[in-house]
Amino acid sequence: MADNPQKPVAATRPLSPHLTIYRWPVTMMTSITHRVTGVGLSLGTGILAWWLVSISNGPQGWESFYAVALTPVGLLVLFGLTWSLVYHFLNGVRHLAWDLGYGFAKHTAERNSVIITALSILGALAIFAAVWSGRGGYLQ
Amino acid sequence: MSTAQTPLHRVQGLGSSHSGTAHFWHERVTAVALIPLSLWFLYVMLGLAGTNEVIALQFLAHPWNALLMGAFVVFSLYHAYLGLQVVIDDYIHTAGMKIALLLLRLLAVLLVGGVSLFAIVRIAAL
Repeated sequence: MADNPQKPVAATRPLSPHLTIYRWPVTMMTSITHRVTGVGLSLGTGILAWWLVSISNGPQGWESFYAVALTPVGLLVLFGLTWSLVYHFLNGVRHLAWDLGYGFAKHTAERNSVIITALSILGALAIFAAVWSGRGGYLQ
Repeated sequence: MSTAQTPLHRVQGLGSSHSGTAHFWHERVTAVALIPLSLWFLYVMLGLAGTNEVIALQFLAHPWNALLMGAFVVFSLYHAYLGLQVVIDDYIHTAGMKIALLLLRLLAVLLVGGVSLFAIVRIAAL
């Protein structure tokens, strides 16, 4: 069998140092976090589908979903998804601003990275605090 | 200079990927659409927290809410479909694995989308 034509050719020329060489700047952290939260939210769509199916199945379906969702692992996953959505939302808005040409200056990008990370954690905590303190459930 | 490209191919200027900026643009359009839809989704999730399946059923059975939930599902999945392609393109360098993962992504998005939309329609019909 012939060699895989897409197999990468080993570099014979000098290469610039790769990711592992550098001290991670905060903008690199927020960039990779955007990706990780995006993949996480992609997987989370499966949980949304499960939730919708459980509602369509009446009381037993609803209980079967919440029996899993309210376990410690279930709550941890839901908190992770909540934080991921808040983070990906805020950083996604920043990406749109970048597309329009705003926010590229080094110190602006670094400052916004810290702000977005802090706001995403506070936002996710606020959402869970709102539910636990009984401020949710206003749609009945 | 002689070229193997047809005049049509050259004037379209899309290169070997045949898609130009469509992927980039669709990712942005879905991102903008998801700003209001995500805020609405958060409002709904908080509003249904601690209630029961009757409340959730009644809420999602309303035509506007069913449409908005359907839109949130469709835009989210298309945005995920586009985003996952970038991740796969960046990290997977062998043709076989890349094609397998891109196909898996397509099938997963179609499955999750189909199941979600069917559930929304079923709720509205109950």
